Amino acid sequence: MSAAVQAKAASRLLLSGNEAIARGVWEAGVKVAAAYPGTPSTEMLENIALYPDLYAEWSVNEKVSLEVAIGASMSGARAFCAMKHVGMNVASDAFMTQTLAGVVGGLVVAVADDVGLSSSQNEQDTRFWGRFAHVPVLEPADSQEAYDMVKAAFDLSEQYNTPVILRLTTRVCHVKAMVTVGEKDERAIKGFDITQKRWVMTPNNAKVLLPKQIAREDELRKASEASGLNLVDNGSDTRVGFVTSGPAFMHVRESFPDAPVLKLGFSYPLPVEAIKAFRATVDALVVVEETEPLIENELKAAGLSDIHGKDILPRLGELTPNVLIPAIYRLRGEEPPPATTYPKYEPFPRPPTMCPACPHMGVYYTLSRLRKRVQISGDIGCYTLGAGHPWNALDTTISMGASMGIALGMDKARSEETKDKAVVSVIGDSTFLHMGMQGLLDIVYNRGNVTTLILDNRTTGMTGGQHHAGTGKDLNGQEAPRVDFATLCTALGVSPERIHKVDPYKLPVLFKLIRQEIEIDGPSVIITDRPCVLSEFYGKLTPYRVVDDKCTGCGNCINVGCPAISVSKTEVVKRDGAPDIVKKYTTIDTAMCTGCHMCVESCGPKAILPAQPVAVE
Amino acid sequence: MSDIITNILVCGTGGQGVMTAAEILAQTAIAKGYDVKKSEVAGMAQRGGVVTSHVRFGSKVWSPVITPGTADILVAFEVAEGARWADMLRPGGVAMVNTIRLTPPVVSAGLFKYPEDPVATMRAAGVTVYDFDAGAIARSLGDLRLINTVMLGAIADYLPFPAEDLEEQILGRFRARKPAMVEVNQKAFEQGRTAARERAGGSQKLAANQ
Repeated sequence: MSAAVQAKAASRLLLSGNEAIARGVWEAGVKVAAAYPGTPSTEMLENIALYPDLYAEWSVNEKVSLEVAIGASMSGARAFCAMKHVGMNVASDAFMTQTLAGVVGGLVVAVADDVGLSSSQNEQDTRFWGRFAHVPVLEPADSQEAYDMVKAAFDLSEQYNTPVILRLTTRVCHVKAMVTVGEKDERAIKGFDITQKRWVMTPNNAKVLLPKQIAREDELRKASEASGLNLVDNGSDTRVGFVTSGPAFMHVRESFPDAPVLKLGFSYPLPVEAIKAFRATVDALVVVEETEPLIENELKAAGLSDIHGKDILPRLGELTPNVLIPAIYRLRGEEPPPATTYPKYEPFPRPPTMCPACPHMGVYYTLSRLRKRVQISGDIGCYTLGAGHPWNALDTTISMGASMGIALGMDKARSEETKDKAVVSVIGDSTFLHMGMQGLLDIVYNRGNVTTLILDNRTTGMTGGQHHAGTGKDLNGQEAPRVDFATLCTALGVSPERIHKVDPYKLPVLFKLIRQEIEIDGPSVIITDRPCVLSEFYGKLTPYRVVDDKCTGCGNCINVGCPAISVSKTEVVKRDGAPDIVKKYTTIDTAMCTGCHMCVESCGPKAILPAQPVAVE
Repeated sequence: MSDIITNILVCGTGGQGVMTAAEILAQTAIAKGYDVKKSEVAGMAQRGGVVTSHVRFGSKVWSPVITPGTADILVAFEVAEGARWADMLRPGGVAMVNTIRLTPPVVSAGLFKYPEDPVATMRAAGVTVYDFDAGAIARSLGDLRLINTVMLGAIADYLPFPAEDLEEQILGRFRARKPAMVEVNQKAFEQGRTAARERAGGSQKLAANQ
């Protein structure tokens, strides 16, 4: 448990940005908080749930989580919602109208951008949403600011009758830094007022609000110009001054400790007048922003043409000192200092792997055996790793829940060459509930010919194992209603005889079932039902070992893809008039093996036998 | 307190305890009154991939990341990972390397080769490397998880505060959670410290920022 939960006011603690925000949310008197997990935002709700006197939930997706927060705000409670950058794409339908309707209780939406793509499918800049939705954007640079600004955001929200975006990046969420915490602000819920008609956004009601929204934005611009969150950090070296926001400020200060910096904490609406005044105090001005040139373009449009930004800095990734220093030296007409003393060395890649006994391996091993006969549309989760070595059994990954819609599109756009191929979609349990159900309904409704594999491992795996509507537990670990996937698929219109549950560890059974289903026309669903090996539902079994004198070197077990199996010896067999055969004799790390027996099922000569459990020496 | 920043890069693979080691270093620095920043890696890196944590402390720390070429100490829980991150070191910085070789599936399957001698590669580039088998020490003490404490013991003489402060931070954690493990951790710490001293041989103490 985070030390922050128990900490008394004025305690100073080492907290990640996500932990600091959780404390700030609690202190701000928030009553309802909701999210769907997503790196790097996940730990906000996990930590909020540890505090007393508030309601916190995992919602089925980001749009629902925002709607839950909106309902609470309408009822006069302070409400908080957290998501990763791509979550806002999902939530935006609700967001874009809520901005017009306004708030009663403060409504803050924390959106975490994965600058540098540590665990995401794209790199998008959430600050656009502030401009699109006409709402203020606050940008903390470290944990203390994240804590301070989430509280400031609630005040701003209520003062200006607007949702507020708290824009975070991975280097705020996942960096630990010192934070001084404060007191909880006690506030009562006002309750929903049924006499108000302000929430019914018919065209007539919305029309009245549009000019108010524009006026609000003008007021917010004045507030930003005067805000203490936008401050000039003076410096003696006025050759180059910087306008920056978020963690990029830290990189600027690290690189150029004596340079003047205008740091934007309240970055939208942009305080253009303050920046113009700052511009006059420095020889050259560089805008350092992650990732898109939003501030830069707005300043240029406002007449500040003589500034630098993306002309000298990259438009993607983090703007760390090793990026900033050479760029600024060159701008000053100087030779950059040498970066490193020792040469860069790349021994070999070490990509993420599936865990030993991961049930997904059974699915991808099987699909790899059918590879030539299927095209496979995938989704977002650990199972995206199926695209990699040794399975190479996943052809697309675009967005949450996209696997089935894409599969249907593939089905409807067959060429002469692909007309006989089966179309398979692969999706995880949490992703299916997030945004996948509609895709399956579309396949059924439009008579698609797709076999859908729902890999139900009873957790949200990639983000670290969170509960969802299909695990039987809630965010607090309490018993909760558990959706039944087979019944759900039946309700969506899949014929009950085309819905199968199967143990993915039983490779021959799985193989026969997938082969059978892809040969029959019409929609079908195969649900695999082994839990994630990192979840509380997984039970470890007796590990296995390879009997050396029985192993024939066929390498089948290696193709399962389990990291506990490795090649102990290779042997090249020369053949006349045919390519050489490379025999791969294998060994199993019994300390890693948890006894799932998938490799046993792949082994022809039965060379894999139970090992005595090996205690740590 | 001087305004010099100490930069420690801890690296290894998912599940080796890199994050825990970094957390202990950070907490020790806090106890000594430093400002501290520590980067975390999450998401896909958890799944057996490369893991690093940047620990920075001093009177005031700005950026949470260590700029390549400025790390004072590289703590490598795995030998090829040590070689991978050695360019992060400043001239005269020290790489403390556990010699265990962890082979990823892409190497095991023959797609890539594990380098013969990553330590030799580092030395050839001019890096000061102190390498030893931390796993052997941990095994001899009866628990492979002690590698973490062994490695911290190994760098204890290269920090801008007494080794005993780091030791106390580790033992304090066990006193609170697993008192039975205090004594064996003390041994692991001492043996790691001794191993590093032996590898350093006659060379002078290269303490960071002293």
